[in-house]
Amino acid sequence: MPEDLNWAIGGEAGDGIDSTGKIFAQALSRAGRHVFTSKDFASRIRGGYTAYKVRTSVDRVESVVDRLDILIALTERTIHENEDELHEDSVIIYDGERSTMQDVEVPGDATALEVPLKRLAEDAGGAIMLNVVALGAACEVTGFPIENLDESLEKRFGDKGEAIVENNKEAARKGQDYVQEEYGEFDYDMETTDEDYVLLNGDEAIGMGAIAAGCRFYAGYPITPATDVMEYMTGRVDQFGGKVVQAEDELSAINMALGAARAGARAMTATSGPGIDLMTETFGLVATSETPLVICDVMRSGPSTGMPTKQEQGDLNMTLYGGHGEIPRFVVAPTTVSECFWKTVEAFNLAEKYQTPVFLVSDLAMAVTEQTFSPETFDMDEVEIDRGKVVDENDIDAWLDEKGRFQAHFAAADGISPRAFPGTTDGAHMTTGLEHDELGRRTEDTDIRIEQVDKRQRKVETAREQEDFDYREFGDPDADTLVISWGSNEGALREGLTLLEEDGYDIRFLSVPYIFPRPDLTEEIEAAEDVIVVECNATGQFADVIEHDVLERVQRINKYNGVRFKADELATEIKQTLDTPAEATQ
Amino acid sequence: MSSDVRFTDFKSDKQPTWCPGCGDFGTMNGMMKALAETGNDPDNTFIVAGIGCSGKIGTYMHSYALHGVHGRALPVGIGVKMANPDLEVMVSGGDGDGYSIGAGHFIHAVRRNVDMSYVVMDNRIYGLTKGQASPTSREDFETSTSPDGPNQPPVNPKALALASGATFIAQSFSSNAQRHAEIVQKAVEHDGFGFVNVYSPCVTFNDVDTYDYFRDAIVDLDETDHDPSDRDQAKDKILESEKEYMGVLYQDEDSVPFEEREGVEGSMAEIPDGAPEGAMDLVREFY
Repeated sequence: MPEDLNWAIGGEAGDGIDSTGKIFAQALSRAGRHVFTSKDFASRIRGGYTAYKVRTSVDRVESVVDRLDILIALTERTIHENEDELHEDSVIIYDGERSTMQDVEVPGDATALEVPLKRLAEDAGGAIMLNVVALGAACEVTGFPIENLDESLEKRFGDKGEAIVENNKEAARKGQDYVQEEYGEFDYDMETTDEDYVLLNGDEAIGMGAIAAGCRFYAGYPITPATDVMEYMTGRVDQFGGKVVQAEDELSAINMALGAARAGARAMTATSGPGIDLMTETFGLVATSETPLVICDVMRSGPSTGMPTKQEQGDLNMTLYGGHGEIPRFVVAPTTVSECFWKTVEAFNLAEKYQTPVFLVSDLAMAVTEQTFSPETFDMDEVEIDRGKVVDENDIDAWLDEKGRFQAHFAAADGISPRAFPGTTDGAHMTTGLEHDELGRRTEDTDIRIEQVDKRQRKVETAREQEDFDYREFGDPDADTLVISWGSNEGALREGLTLLEEDGYDIRFLSVPYIFPRPDLTEEIEAAEDVIVVECNATGQFADVIEHDVLERVQRINKYNGVRFKADELATEIKQTLDTPAEATQ
Repeated sequence: MSSDVRFTDFKSDKQPTWCPGCGDFGTMNGMMKALAETGNDPDNTFIVAGIGCSGKIGTYMHSYALHGVHGRALPVGIGVKMANPDLEVMVSGGDGDGYSIGAGHFIHAVRRNVDMSYVVMDNRIYGLTKGQASPTSREDFETSTSPDGPNQPPVNPKALALASGATFIAQSFSSNAQRHAEIVQKAVEHDGFGFVNVYSPCVTFNDVDTYDYFRDAIVDLDETDHDPSDRDQAKDKILESEKEYMGVLYQDEDSVPFEEREGVEGSMAEIPDGAPEGAMDLVREFY
């Protein structure tokens, strides 16, 4: 088995694919191996095809690849769905005794191991453990120490009592023993290390970042693939004095979060495309009432309900331009699972410093990817909180007008007014979605209108001066080829670059986590001969804004079949793009 | 909270642009009186309103206030109260705001039972858009968008509330200043969602549901043997389509507000200067 191992379990939704995959991924992580997981799933609760894939290596892994080394197939379809990724050293484990699997044809030269998963599970105490039998068999095939699997089984089934845990360990051993007896020992040793890793996905990292940043109120409505954020916060934010409310719809969710933010809480809502559509109504109110709010969009394939369980980065324009009128805002898009944590913290600080909506844009690929990190990656001592210009009883006098009224929308030179949380003596003031004066009172006065519009827009200019809206850079800084990307493609591109380097291509890669305001890439683009923008959408929304910025046509690699980018695939695409004259692609 | 607050302290220096004689003046005065009587002051009070004539109320009152988008005032109020239960939250809206575009939120706000009051100025017409049918307009009420009447029965908001598990349902009439203020005060004092439908006549566009009509039709529940703790009695009165009642129709004295049941303790505005203590445990969970 290769050191960089790709493993998968597939079957029907409802077969326990997710939890089995997670048990294995956690076992690997606890054994000090790096893990990168991905899921193939359909929008249904039972039936259909679903798979949980784990890539693991002692070295860091940042992407999925088109290669499968070991596959646990609970259904025949699982084999066919993954046929293209199997190779001559691949091993397939399946239960040949099951009626539906008796005539399975193994594609190509892959090795098929028939293991009576169900029968062995029954011997160990119950058919339900057949997946664990398969895990035990996989331990034998890959040389992964079964004792490490035991720990993961204890964690998973500990709450159900010792007997259940022991039965599961027994089931795993039966799988291992069967493979040994029937197929001889597989002479592999999978390397383990003493490293301590944590394993989490992008949604969990966002939820964790929110709580770390002091978010205390979350209102949302369940939607794939953002629901994990809500589920993560539920129960956990309570421990820190907060609350999650499941609203009746997205309109309510964003308005509840807005109310909580006005009351002084750090508040957030998260949704996916269709939910963002509904929330759009309130974007302008958030901005014009100058309420700090983090609005998270975990993108999936659109438009309309599109493909709910498939990857896409198609909402960028929505978050950049959504809402009528002109809305000062920030759009921040983390590029890795760990960045989901740190950019969430930053989103809260930006929201409160500038009193604006902050769109935190993630995507399905990041939401369902579990990845290993050293715990220090999320060093809570590094979390900084900046609540901006909050005034209290002691300093509110400076912000009262001659009649003692609080100027909540004072047209400050930097565009940022003072905030008084409700309950602050002498701070009572009106806030409205109507155009208003410095006191928050409605107005149609043309001069005041211009003053307030300018004031709100100045926040963005101030942020450009004060914040570091930078990019992350990889590859060869002097290369003639410049690849630019945003969001979750970073990992696949970094690995893809390594593959390209081996083939003699030098590439400079910029991963941009700030969509608005964003770094000025003019110099970088002018220094390059070829510029390629990679994104999971059909039209190249980020490429559009970059072209707009530098008035230069860039080449584009777009993917919108609902599947994330893979490293080897990207390497091939970039080669093809470079070998094709720029004019031909336009 | 000072003890010498008068209701005029809740008045802003902005002159209302409501039509002379509009029912909303009386409705607002009653709200201000109720707030002062219950020991609140502008700095601990949060008023939320949506859009329409009723939506202007936050401008004419003096308190912390938010004037939001049409129909969404209730979710904003819920968010405010959940984030800081120490605030007195009052939401105000109109019949279009509350029973048409915001009808979904109304049902869910009622069943959520957050401790706040909801005062709806019901004039059975759309005033600010100049006279179209509202969800409470009579079936045969002729308007610019319903020349033969809406041809559908009006919404019965009190029945909606009762069916949604309301713990406090009242009806009031803006013209009866004393009673109106008392009824709103009871809604404010109620431990849970205090819903008051206020007949607040539109003198410009509604020539059917006028002051005279309500004065003649309305029956004060205090002058009957109505027992507001009896849900069946409340149901019967609420479903009597020919009668207009004033007073508390239903109150569940054992109501426990949502935020209390959810264990929300105090304001969420205060947070530590960095990640909270014990935050590394959140990371360790992922081992």
